[in-house]
Amino acid sequence: MTKSIKQFFIQIGDLSYFAGRFFKEVFSLPFEFRELLRQCYQMGVRSLFLVGLTGFIIGLVLTLQSRPTLIEFGAVSWMPNMVGISIVREIGPVITALICAGRIASGIGAELGSMRVTEQIDAMEVSGTNPFKYLVVTRILATTLMLPLLVVFGDLIALYGSALVENIKGDVSFQLYFNTVFDALNWGDLIPATIKSFFFGFVIGLVGCYKGYNSTKGTAGVGIAANTAVVMASLFLFIVDFIAVFVTDIFYEL
Amino acid sequence: MDKTNSIATNNIQNVESERNRKAVIRIKNVCKSFGNNHVLNGFNMDLYEGENVVVMGKSGSGKSVMIKCLVGLVWPDSGYIEVMGKEISTLDRQTLDELRSDIGFLFQGSALYDSMTVRENLEFPLRRHQKKLGNLSDTSTLVLEALENVGLGHTMDLMPTELSGGMKRRVALARTLILKPKIILYDEPTSGLDPITAKEIIELMRSIQKKYGTSSIIITHDVDCARVISERMILLVDGINYAEGSYAQLSASIDPKVEAFFKK
Repeated sequence: MTKSIKQFFIQIGDLSYFAGRFFKEVFSLPFEFRELLRQCYQMGVRSLFLVGLTGFIIGLVLTLQSRPTLIEFGAVSWMPNMVGISIVREIGPVITALICAGRIASGIGAELGSMRVTEQIDAMEVSGTNPFKYLVVTRILATTLMLPLLVVFGDLIALYGSALVENIKGDVSFQLYFNTVFDALNWGDLIPATIKSFFFGFVIGLVGCYKGYNSTKGTAGVGIAANTAVVMASLFLFIVDFIAVFVTDIFYEL
Repeated sequence: MDKTNSIATNNIQNVESERNRKAVIRIKNVCKSFGNNHVLNGFNMDLYEGENVVVMGKSGSGKSVMIKCLVGLVWPDSGYIEVMGKEISTLDRQTLDELRSDIGFLFQGSALYDSMTVRENLEFPLRRHQKKLGNLSDTSTLVLEALENVGLGHTMDLMPTELSGGMKRRVALARTLILKPKIILYDEPTSGLDPITAKEIIELMRSIQKKYGTSSIIITHDVDCARVISERMILLVDGINYAEGSYAQLSASIDPKVEAFFKK
């Protein structure tokens, strides 16, 4: 028990050092733009379908589940407001981040882990390329930049799913639905959610890279790196979400 | 070094004529431990210009760790390492990277970047060393030349997964050669290959040495490879250079630890 607690804190220390190295190297030359663009494509464009499908189902299910209760209280006209705010402020960013933690963090963990055990990272180092800058900095930047865009995309699709249910079951037009949603939303909903998404992206990239880059124990280690990357990233996402909500709440009270 | 080791080393004649050549690598008293596992316990060796030295030892005896120390992939706990007149431990990142362009490293598993084509694999080291090779507007010529040196000019646009083990090793060798290094470090170049392919790789290593006049350290378990390619051999036992000499001298040794390596 004591050993695992000690191990946990050692890992937190290592992760902090890893994050510190990222901030040190992100501003130093040369910039790996081509690799950054490639990673943005891999992590952003290639996640669109998954994020879109998940968002659509979440919007659909959330509306279907809430409808009977809202009808009971005669508040079904509040549906767009309720769904809009809950998706934009919380459900959209968290669900998208969790999907990306599963897809991207595990992918990075496995890819870098496999590169580590097959000495590809060493080969890069020997060839005079800084592997941390080429592999880690580009991936963390890509996830940090792409996640907010994926969240916006996921939110829109989720709202569309919700509007579809309202259109079929409640005879509410898409225009009316979206007008009500956008009337209900204000900058206080959008800005914290967007800032939070950048942090979510950073955490996913950081944990995936940390686990993969420091992978050991051969091919078994690659599996462990991919697995623990998802678990650790998901855990940190909730911690970051809690901090973000806490901080946002302070600003609301002000 | 204990008494047995000193006797064994003294029993085998050193090749003194080598000492007249310029040393490109000097290793003195290098020690490296991983936790309680003491891998290198005061290892010493020199590599001279144009020389091929084979380092043999049991698995886990620290051979790979030793050559990784030479390029700064692993940092020794103590000792002195000088490569081409520069002490490795004192170099900053940029100088170390410049020095690395003069050292080729052939990894045991080839270590080709599997997300890149053969061409991209070979172009990768060129990105950082434009100064050394001058105008790199046409990298294709350099890539083709390096691939033709290993007889694989036709594989430029293939992915590493489409290559056989022997072809991967040759592409890795081409990637090593593209920066025209002065020293090449081979980490078990023939391991995992069938005897015919292994022979081809050995021949390739010899022809490269002849063509470019490189100095090489070859880590191997393959006695045939050592016989064909070595000018001098070092036997690494318990983290020290237990015995040193030519292939003929070591293979004729009656020391049980040395003899064990040459038994068929």
